[in-house]
Amino acid sequence: MSVTSAAAGRDEVPARLWDRLRISTKQVIWAWGFLAVPILFFTVVRFYPTAQAFYLSVTDWDLLREANFVGLENYRTMFADPLFWQVFRNTFAYLLVGTPLSIVISFAIAYYLDRVVILHGFIRALYFLPYLTTAAAMAWVWRWFYQPPPIGVINDLLIFLGLPTQPFLRSVDQGLYAIMATGIWAHLGFQIIIFLAGLRAIPTSYYEAARVDGLGELAVLGRITLPLLKPTTVFLVVFSSIGFLRIFDQVYNMTSNDPGGPLNSTKPLVLMIYQTAFSSYQMGYAAAQTVVLFTILLTISMAQLWILRSR
Amino acid sequence: MRKSLLGLRRAVSNLCALAAGAACLAIAAVSPAQAVEIQYWQYLFDSRVQAMTLLIKEFEAENPGITVKQVTFPYADYQTRIVAAKAGGRGPDVVQLFYGWLDNFIAGRLIQPLSKERFPAAQVEKDFFPIVSAMKYRDEYYGLPTAVRTMAMFYNKDLFQQAGLDPEKPPKTLSEFTAAAKAIAKRDAAGNYQTVGVAMDISRQDHNWWREMLVRQFGGEPYSADGSKVTYNSEGGRKALEFYTGLQTQQKVSQEGFMDEGQAAFRAGLAGMVIDGTFRIASFKTITTFKWGVAELPASDDGIRSNFGSYFANAIGASATGEKLAAAEKFLAFITSEKAMNVWLDKVGELPARRTVAMTEKNLADPVYGPFIRGLDYSHTTLFVDEAAQRQVAIDMINGVLLKNQPAAEALAAAVPKEQRIIDARKVK
Repeated sequence: MSVTSAAAGRDEVPARLWDRLRISTKQVIWAWGFLAVPILFFTVVRFYPTAQAFYLSVTDWDLLREANFVGLENYRTMFADPLFWQVFRNTFAYLLVGTPLSIVISFAIAYYLDRVVILHGFIRALYFLPYLTTAAAMAWVWRWFYQPPPIGVINDLLIFLGLPTQPFLRSVDQGLYAIMATGIWAHLGFQIIIFLAGLRAIPTSYYEAARVDGLGELAVLGRITLPLLKPTTVFLVVFSSIGFLRIFDQVYNMTSNDPGGPLNSTKPLVLMIYQTAFSSYQMGYAAAQTVVLFTILLTISMAQLWILRSR
Repeated sequence: MRKSLLGLRRAVSNLCALAAGAACLAIAAVSPAQAVEIQYWQYLFDSRVQAMTLLIKEFEAENPGITVKQVTFPYADYQTRIVAAKAGGRGPDVVQLFYGWLDNFIAGRLIQPLSKERFPAAQVEKDFFPIVSAMKYRDEYYGLPTAVRTMAMFYNKDLFQQAGLDPEKPPKTLSEFTAAAKAIAKRDAAGNYQTVGVAMDISRQDHNWWREMLVRQFGGEPYSADGSKVTYNSEGGRKALEFYTGLQTQQKVSQEGFMDEGQAAFRAGLAGMVIDGTFRIASFKTITTFKWGVAELPASDDGIRSNFGSYFANAIGASATGEKLAAAEKFLAFITSEKAMNVWLDKVGELPARRTVAMTEKNLADPVYGPFIRGLDYSHTTLFVDEAAQRQVAIDMINGVLLKNQPAAEALAAAVPKEQRIIDARKVK
């Protein structure tokens, strides 16, 4: 302290200024000092590129030549392109079928797994395992599962059961769902773990009270378990929706001979963006598609948070 | 002296890594450059990289003042990396490119025309196979190939024998081809293929087979002579499409997607024949479970032959100037010389691009290379403007027939305007 006052005597303004600050102000400064690092990071690697993407979407940049401002031309091209609308429908098929299915399945598994005592940890680990695997590797394994005979495991099983074989990935009707199944399976482990944590967090006294009151199994599920799991469910629905809206790895790896095919029947928006940008080098057009994806993601996330908000 | 110079260069390059662009370029320019270093870029493919490493070693021994650094990227990223490097201002001095990318590369100013003094057009056209002309743009050559690729038919001699066919007499015409495929194909009671007569793979080589061979063999022309108009929406085109898809829908000799990839089906010994390119030879040479042979592609029943010739060319990067340009020209001349072509044939299995090197007695009589080399004489080269996008049009057209039961004429009529739009969009710029 004496050192500081000596320094103060020699008119060292910064030290005096710092000393004159109140503790709470100092805390705020420290907090912002630490926060500055992630803020800077987000500004440079997130917000700036986002802003840049918005700008690019109104240019005709192709990586090679200078970007020219073209107004809303890219958006006009996109909305007039039947491929865009097909990809749009595909993306929503992944979302609207994939998310509810994955939530219902993972809840059902978690609900019953919660009651399993023997080998509980082991079974849980088994379900979680796919989540640890690289999506690309998993996609290739499933790609082989779906092969026509003589190498496709699923088709061999169908033959064994005396059922007709299915084209799966070579079909315009089945391809999307075949890939979606992989996506659901991949995220099942994560969702089960979160649901389990949610289930365990519900105080047992509620269940005991319900039992005393003579409530049946279904009533307990509908009146206690599900309502109290709402925050968990909201989180998983949002998380899973974003996942399905951004599905790419599975599709790209399972259809790499004809990405998003056959006949674009499995192509999601992200794959279309990827191809527009890195096969055709139409960066401006790809940025416009990205803006659309961004808008969809934002709207859906906001809407879900609002719909499932706690009152 | 040389060591300290290297040390200096390293220090400078370290500095470059730290400091930003312009200032560094000035320092680098000042540093005494005794040995010129140029960069050669190609995509990552083991046998190609090995062959090039060998060639670089020989080149450096002949030219002590020049060092060549080989830079490779996975094929899927290759173009993107070149474009990104250009945007970042440090592109390659000599770069390998697929002939179908030429328009894009010129438009992006990624490469520069070859010096007319060092590589006179007349000489190039005299020495190389005619498909080299795809590297010519507005009377200037932009690159030269080391090797060229054609297509041929690989066939499984064991399966031929089992089907009662003569393994030394592979089919010569499309009718014989279909008959052989029929004899070989095997299906179980439920109709699932156990062996296919011919392995089909639209996205790899079959789209080329359809476009440049079958369309012509059935009396059509895929494109106008200058490549600016799509012309396969004709009777020839329709018959070719019907023939191709008919192998699966009518003749029942194959199934797209059987064993995931055509070449995989052949490798596994479950396909009687497969139409593929020179680049497959090295891989098929490792097959030990059955005997295979190579034959020229089947001719049409009235004897029309056609083939698809393609190649990766070597070009000089737009940023090479002064002594780097001189070194790059020397290196380009070296890797397109007779010597380099023989190394390439030996290590990679791709055909020499110079007529005299390819058309030797020995090569023509070679049971594997012979059919491919003979194909060079009647091969066509598609003047792609956007290879990936144009291929996609063909894939979707064929899938329309196979998966949606679209009549061939309808599928063709849908494909032509799509491909025409792709061509028109590029030609405007």
